[in-house]
Amino acid sequence: MPDLLNAVLVVVLVLNLFALGTSRLLAVIRIVAVQGALLGALPLLIHDRPSLSVAAAALAAVALKGFAVPSIMMRALRDAQIKREVEPLIGLLPSIVLGALATALALLFSGQLQLSDSRTSALIVPASISTAVVGFLLLTTRYTAINQAVGYLVLENGIFIFGMLLVEAIPLVVEMGMLLDLLVGVFVIAIIANHINRAFSSMDTRRLASLKE
Amino acid sequence: MALAFVFLPVLLAGLAMAVPSNRARPWLLPLAAMVHSGMTVFVLMRPDLQRFSSWLVLDPLGKIILLVVSGLFLFCSIYAAGYLKYRQERSNRVFCACLLTFLGLMGLVAWSQHLGLLWVAIEATTLVTAPLIYFNRTRLSIEATWKYLLVGSVGIALALLGTFFLAYSAMGEGRQPSLMLGELLAGAPALSKPWLHAAFILLLVGYGTKMGLAPMHTWKPDAYGESPGVIGAVFAGGVTSCAFLAFLRVYQICLAAGEGAFASRLLLFMGLFSMAVAGLFMAGQRDFKRMLAYSSVEHMGILMLGLGIGEPALYGTLLHVATSAATKGLLFLSAGNIHRAYASKSTDQVSGAIRRLPISGSLFLAGFLAITGSPPFGPFISEFSILNGAFAAGRFLVAGLFLFFLLVVFVGMGRTVLKVTMGRAAAPAEDAGYRDGFLTAAPVAALMALVLLLGVYVPTPLGGLISDAIRYLEAPL
Repeated sequence: MPDLLNAVLVVVLVLNLFALGTSRLLAVIRIVAVQGALLGALPLLIHDRPSLSVAAAALAAVALKGFAVPSIMMRALRDAQIKREVEPLIGLLPSIVLGALATALALLFSGQLQLSDSRTSALIVPASISTAVVGFLLLTTRYTAINQAVGYLVLENGIFIFGMLLVEAIPLVVEMGMLLDLLVGVFVIAIIANHINRAFSSMDTRRLASLKE
Repeated sequence: MALAFVFLPVLLAGLAMAVPSNRARPWLLPLAAMVHSGMTVFVLMRPDLQRFSSWLVLDPLGKIILLVVSGLFLFCSIYAAGYLKYRQERSNRVFCACLLTFLGLMGLVAWSQHLGLLWVAIEATTLVTAPLIYFNRTRLSIEATWKYLLVGSVGIALALLGTFFLAYSAMGEGRQPSLMLGELLAGAPALSKPWLHAAFILLLVGYGTKMGLAPMHTWKPDAYGESPGVIGAVFAGGVTSCAFLAFLRVYQICLAAGEGAFASRLLLFMGLFSMAVAGLFMAGQRDFKRMLAYSSVEHMGILMLGLGIGEPALYGTLLHVATSAATKGLLFLSAGNIHRAYASKSTDQVSGAIRRLPISGSLFLAGFLAITGSPPFGPFISEFSILNGAFAAGRFLVAGLFLFFLLVVFVGMGRTVLKVTMGRAAAPAEDAGYRDGFLTAAPVAALMALVLLLGVYVPTPLGGLISDAIRYLEAPL
């Protein structure tokens, strides 16, 4: 079903730009939740007849990326009682432009790559790279602790897309391990973000600047 | 056997969560460590137990890391039991559980033959060690934990992308991609070169972040500086060794693919750059724990440099994993004692440590001499062997720079260490009341004896392990 697969990947790329373009934290988390749920379901589109283990992995990924992880973050957000990103390093519009530029470059660049497999969509590699770049942009240009965690999630989503090419190499146990790591990681990040909020009365990570040479 | 290495410490971590007594709980650490090191010695003597399944095999490289980290953890656990006695005002439940889980994950790293599983285990060590940095619950320790989490997670995410690239490089011509180390090594000559190069760079950056190579080392001084001394020791000798093992796997695949020259250039650059950055930041460093963190950056650089030089320096490099881990343990544990006695880790307040803490103070000074490569200590032998290797490989410029950076580090580190240890003890007002106790001084002294022993004589079993590992690195099949 390459058409459906391509359509999903395009939606994922558009969601990247939405995530870059909003300053409302709740909206950013929701966008990443939708993105995660879509990506979690991708394996079902790639296999013509998904086996039971593929279906189980996809189900776990949708539940985790689409629901469990975002709800941990929304909870942290509610506890901290903040709504908006403080003004980012690069404004919202310029960062959308940068994200779009990165996507275009990734599409152009992937035409040059030696892709050793033509069974799956040609969109996977560029979608993966541009999503990872958008994750980096969010991580480096936003100051709120929660938003940086969202950036990390988007980066992880980008890498997850690349994993679609390698379903045979990643057994179920390893995939579950990766998802578990993600869940625990976001859990720990949310706890620390909460402590930052309590100790500094803000989630602005610019206040974390005492340790330097 | 493999499962015992992973699940026994994790079970004990569960037990640590359940034990109600804050006094009794820390004793689980030495208990677990003793069982663990007993199991390590046992499994090293029994080749028939070294294979659990195709996924979990203790190969020669894994053996070295398992031995080093298990040994270091034993000393650290006894120290931790003593340390936590002084810190009864705070619950050590999470602290003990996280340390024990780390021990189990380290076992998984050492045994794993599947690069995906290896990645999962390394990422998990990042997560369980984060709460350890946060033990002191100060604003500074939150800052250090946050930086460690973000920088570490991003680095490790790049390593995952690199792992995927590596699997992808094995695809093509209808072959199935695989992340099993054996299959990758067997098919290495046919790997797609551009994807292999990209994978190598991403994995170098990713696992290099975890090791703390410059310029990805920024989390290291903060994390080591703000966490208890014993955590610094576990990080500098344990977490970094795990990441180094993961990187060794990648290096081995690169060698098998005939891309040694490509890897070597990058490794020499990273190694020398880390040494230079460490030397630069160590000069005039007031905070002696941060100074130790930069020293760790330097030694990770030395390991990379040794790999970059290649075959003639491999013996020294693998020996350096053991000698530098033991010396780092010694330095961080004694620094922790000094920190506690003065309630400060800045040379502005700390001086005359040898007078106030005769044991920890003199061991700290001796540890400094050892880590900077003075004879007759262990790191001297391994660093000298790497230097010899550089000459034997005809890399005179590299050898010259290596010596020059060692000298810079010696001078920079010496100034701080002498300020801390020598001179008159600071004003009594700054005396926090702590004096050397058996549990917090004996492990440091034992590590010192070990470092000295490694400098005089490399035990035959260890030498045999290293020779096996070199043969395995060069010709895995």
